[in-house]
Amino acid sequence: MGKTIAEKIFDAHLRDEPFAGAKVLDIDRVLCHEITTPVAIADLLWRGKDRVFDNTKIKAVIDHVTPSKDSKTALQAKMLRDWARRHQIKDFFDVGHNGVCHALFPEKGYIRPGFTVIMGDSHTCTHGAFGAFAAGVGTTDLEVGILKGVCAFREPATIRVNLVGDLPAGVYAKDVILYVIGQIGVNGATDRVLEFHGLIVEAMSMEARMTLCNMAIEAGGTCGICLPDMTTVDYLWPFIQNDYASREAACEDFRKWHSDPDASYEKVLDFNVSNLEPQVTYGFKPDCVKPVGELAGTAVDQIYIGTCTNGRIEDLRQAAEILKGRKIAESVRGIVSPATPKIFSDALAEGIIQIFMDAGFCVTNPTCGACLGMSNGVLAEGEVCASTSNRNFNGRMGKGGMVHLMSPATAAATAVTGVITDARTLQKSAA
Amino acid sequence: MKKTFGGPAIFLDRSDINTDEIIPAKYLTEVTKEALQPYCLEDLKLEGFDPKGEALKSARVVVSRENFGCGSSREHAPWVFEVNEIHTIIAQSYARIFRQNMFNCGMLAIELPKAQLDRLFALQQAGDVEVNVDVEGQKVVARSGQGEEAFPFEISPFDKALVQAGGWVEFADARY
Repeated sequence: MGKTIAEKIFDAHLRDEPFAGAKVLDIDRVLCHEITTPVAIADLLWRGKDRVFDNTKIKAVIDHVTPSKDSKTALQAKMLRDWARRHQIKDFFDVGHNGVCHALFPEKGYIRPGFTVIMGDSHTCTHGAFGAFAAGVGTTDLEVGILKGVCAFREPATIRVNLVGDLPAGVYAKDVILYVIGQIGVNGATDRVLEFHGLIVEAMSMEARMTLCNMAIEAGGTCGICLPDMTTVDYLWPFIQNDYASREAACEDFRKWHSDPDASYEKVLDFNVSNLEPQVTYGFKPDCVKPVGELAGTAVDQIYIGTCTNGRIEDLRQAAEILKGRKIAESVRGIVSPATPKIFSDALAEGIIQIFMDAGFCVTNPTCGACLGMSNGVLAEGEVCASTSNRNFNGRMGKGGMVHLMSPATAAATAVTGVITDARTLQKSAA
Repeated sequence: MKKTFGGPAIFLDRSDINTDEIIPAKYLTEVTKEALQPYCLEDLKLEGFDPKGEALKSARVVVSRENFGCGSSREHAPWVFEVNEIHTIIAQSYARIFRQNMFNCGMLAIELPKAQLDRLFALQQAGDVEVNVDVEGQKVVARSGQGEEAFPFEISPFDKALVQAGGWVEFADARY
C-alpha cells in the first residue's frame, strides 16, 4: 500500500511513539510570534529551562501588533526580542523588517517540501503549500518545540480534494477554498490533512496555493497540502540553488514527497470549479458561504485587504486592477496592509500603492492588523467589513462587528461601490 | 501541576463554540494566564447564558456539543477555563488544537457520543448537575434531582499519560 505525503513526512520525522497512535515528530521549523510565544518564554524561565533546541531552526517575528500600540503589546514585543537576542536567534524580524508570519517566512525561503513546521498560530497550515506538514499548535506545544524540537500528533488521516475543471476568469484561489469549506463545513476536516489536487492547483502560483492551504483550518484541517512541483522549485530557487545542479534536479528530488498513486485516503472529494462564481461569507462561521450574486448590494462600512490569506503581491495586483482609475465609495473606508516589507516595496515599484492611495485607501505597514481586532482597523458595534481575511467569527474584528470574507478582487469592487459587488461586472466595464 | 476534575456543570447547548467566543483576541495582549480570569466566554451569545453570572463562577465542568474550541490556536482558551478552575470539558467533539491544548495543560477534553450527551443535557431539566470524573476508571458520573447516571468515556493512553504527568512539558522534558 502506498503512502500519502503526510504519511511519508511522518515516517521521515518519527522520533518516538510513546503510546499506540501518538507520533512524536522531529520538527524542522519552530516559528514564533509575539502573541503566543511570550507566555511560552515566561513558562520556560519559570521552570528554569530557558533553552532552545536549535537557534537556526527557530524563526521569530513580531507581526500581530506592530509597532506596539500600548504598554502591554510593548512588553510582549520586548519579551520576544530579548529572548531572540539571548539565544542568538538570527532570523528574528522586528519593526522595519517584519511582516505577517505566513507571508514572511515563506518569502525568506525557510520552508521546504517534506518539512515539519509548527507555530503557535492556527494558520500555520499555510506552509503546506510547499509540500510541508505544517500545523498550528498551542503555546505548550510551542514551548516543547522550542525546548526539545519535537511535537506530538495523531496518525494523519488525509482527505484528498480533487479540484476538477477550469477556473473561470475573475475567480480565484480564495473563492475555491471558501467554496470547499462551504461544502464540507467547519468540522469537515477536523484532525485531517486536506491534500489538494487538480490541474487548477498545478496552474496556481505559490501565492494562490498559500491562500488555498491557509484556510484548511477553517474546515478544522490540521494542514492543507499541495504536492511540490516546478512552481515550488521556482519560488524557492534563490534559496536552494547551491543545493541542486539544476531546477529539474530539484524538482526530481521534491518528487519523493509526492503521495503514491495507490496511497490510501480516508475520503476523496471531487469539486468541479468550471462554473464557480466568486464566493462571499455571511453570518459568523466560515462555512456560511454564498455566491457573490446572492449577497450583492449588502452595504459595508470598511474594506480590509491584507492578512496571511490575501496580503501577497498577487492579491494586491488583483485588487489594484479593479481600483485603477477609480475612487472608493464615500460611504466606506478602505485599509490595505501589504503583508511584508518586500511586498510593500514591490507594490510601490509597480505603482500599486499609488493606485490604492489614489482610490482613497489607507495604506498601513505590514501587520496582522485588523484581521483579529487586536491592532488597527477595529470595527465599532454594528459595523460591517468586507475582508480578505480568513475568519468571520462574531466580534472577530471588534465587538458587535460583522465580517464578510471574500477575494481581493471582490473586496476591491465592494470598495468602489460601497456594497458587496461582483468584481467581474467592473472588470467587464473596464475592458 | 495536577488538576482536579469534576464539580458543578454548566451547559452550553451549541456546536462550533469558537476560541474568539471563549476568549476575545483583545485579551491576547496579556502575558499571564491569571490576567484572563474575568473574561471567560465573554463574547458567547447563547440564550440563558450570562458570562458574568453565578452559574459560570461556580462551574467546574463545561458540557457542550460538537466541534468545541474551533478557530484559533490560542492556548488562552483552555487557560481561561484553567484559571476559573474549570479543568474538565465534555463535548461530542473538539477542534484538534483546542483538544490537544487541554491535554497539554493536564486537563480533560472528554468526548461522549451524541446520545449520551443528550441524556446528560436532559439531566439538567431536573436542576443543577454535579459531575464527578473518574479518570482512572474512565467514567463520568452526573447527579441531579433526577438521580445519577454514569457515562463511560474513551481516552487514549497518551492523553491519559499527559493528564497524569500534569501536562506535556513535564512529560516531554522527562522523556526527550
